[in-house]
Amino acid sequence: MDSALSAAISIAFHGTAFAMVLYLVSVGLSVTMGLMGFVNLAHGVFAVAGGYFMTTLIFRLGVPFYLAVPLATLAVALLSVPLERFLYRPLYGASDLDQVLMTMGLVFMSVAVGKYFWGPTAQPFYPPSALSGQLQFGLRSFPAYRSFLIGSGAALVTLLWLGLDRTRFGAQIRAAVDNRQMAQSVGINTSRLFTLAFALGSALAALGGSLGAEIMAISPSYALDHLVYFLIVVAVGGLGTIRGPFVAAMLLGISDTAFKYLLPEFGAFFIYALTMAVLLWKPRGLFGQA
Amino acid sequence: MTTKPENDVVARFARRHRLHAMEALPWLLIVVGFFLFPDYLALGAQILATTLFGLSVDLVLGYAGIVTLGHAAFFGVGAYTAGYLAAHGMGAPIIGLIAATAMAGAVGLLSGLIILRAQGLSILMLTLVVCVMLQEAANKATSITGGADGLQGMQVSPVLGLFRFDLYGKTAYWYAAIVLFLGWVVARTLVHSPFGRSLTGIRENVARMHAIGTPVFGRLLTIYTISAAMAGAAGALIADTTGLVALNAISVDFSGLILVMVIFGGVGRLYGAFVGVPLYMIAQDRFSQIDPTYWYFWIGLLLVVVVLFARGGVLGLIDMVWQRVQRRRKR
Repeated sequence: MDSALSAAISIAFHGTAFAMVLYLVSVGLSVTMGLMGFVNLAHGVFAVAGGYFMTTLIFRLGVPFYLAVPLATLAVALLSVPLERFLYRPLYGASDLDQVLMTMGLVFMSVAVGKYFWGPTAQPFYPPSALSGQLQFGLRSFPAYRSFLIGSGAALVTLLWLGLDRTRFGAQIRAAVDNRQMAQSVGINTSRLFTLAFALGSALAALGGSLGAEIMAISPSYALDHLVYFLIVVAVGGLGTIRGPFVAAMLLGISDTAFKYLLPEFGAFFIYALTMAVLLWKPRGLFGQA
Repeated sequence: MTTKPENDVVARFARRHRLHAMEALPWLLIVVGFFLFPDYLALGAQILATTLFGLSVDLVLGYAGIVTLGHAAFFGVGAYTAGYLAAHGMGAPIIGLIAATAMAGAVGLLSGLIILRAQGLSILMLTLVVCVMLQEAANKATSITGGADGLQGMQVSPVLGLFRFDLYGKTAYWYAAIVLFLGWVVARTLVHSPFGRSLTGIRENVARMHAIGTPVFGRLLTIYTISAAMAGAAGALIADTTGLVALNAISVDFSGLILVMVIFGGVGRLYGAFVGVPLYMIAQDRFSQIDPTYWYFWIGLLLVVVVLFARGGVLGLIDMVWQRVQRRRKR
């Protein structure tokens, strides 16, 4: 009985840590796909770029972890602006196929660039000494870094939700998702809004990629390997929503951990089957606007 | 007496479906290729089989307008079916081919029944999910598929009991060429039939096709099943001619790559696969010997450029140049 309980706690804990990373990476994708109607397969590229920048700053330049993460995030956000301007913008309103192909091209390039600069193997990542080891909660102990991941993830999620609910920028984004033409006619500069939203989404992805480097190792094929999971989070959660992907990420993170722990011989099979069932039941996702 | 303009239009429409002299070109090149490059027949057979796969993708993507990121699922089902039979004492390629075609068609029909009811992005997601689901099944069902190690112990017997698959790939080349030709006959007939025209109508304007009473779902399901069966045949060809089936036959990567190859050739033109697949595979064969890392970079870059500047692919570019020449001549 006790072993079942500790297994359940362990699954919930590791699943939640995984879910935080998944959510941080994918929430920007939900905004791009919902706001711009853009099928962006290359979103993972921003996450892996964040991870690469962070590991380079820490392990080659000796920058402390707490400074390296924001620096990497900022670098990715700045990098995403010209990408949005010159590559994504011409394809707003283009067919799904064109968007799929262009972003697939970006993924292929990212695989090659990652291999060229950082080699074919995964980047080593060790948490800073204050966050390594175990944390004691009552009778149980948990890995400190994953506890930090859950805590900082929850803080970021709260900040993001408050920001979108309470600030002018958040209201503008919500207005543009609901009705872009109307938003434009009441004087919202949607073109600038798109750039900013894209940069914000990329920054969150970079944050997820760098903080989550312990769970999803930073390697050249990252954007390709995890693409299906990012898409599942967004599609199951619902396009253009902020809370939907969170529920989807929690479901995916915990059930993935549970299935791999309890039924390893089936791998991710049930995850895919569940995704299919949800998409058939609600084609626009659990929280998508009908 | 001069012809009226309407007659011109009618004549042009009637001509569209007739065989054009240029359509003999791929087949001439295939025959000539056999004699010109005797050292590359094994690669040639793979190109021909992959072209058949590309053709199947063009049917759903180019004609019916279904953007699929999971067509390798059917290719993989075909490859594993043929491979499994060959590893269990039924190595006759024709039997493997027929079984693979039927099996992939059945999987296409079943998955189509479920996913074709969705639209737009959901369809794309569902094709992707079907593919990863089948891949995971193949990965875990090691007793049937060999899992990550690939299928072991295939014994492929001679085609029709007469033509043994040789080391140089002569038999493989002709076998693949003949199957590709049959696939092309089916595809061309379909595309130029009223059925094929209605698919184009569905791609261009679903609402209108519903309004004039076209059974849209039935039409999409039919072409999806046929295309899946054709992809399965291509998978069987690759399995039997190479004697190998591995997990990457069924992957999303491969689904994406075949899309890329067809796009490079030109989508919705029936011959896009005939141009794009050989170009891609020959270039890959040459360049990846230098460095496979750079190869993906250039393919990615080319893809971005094609989408932003040359949406019709190679055939689209040829069309554009040809029309310019025509216009200049008229002047």
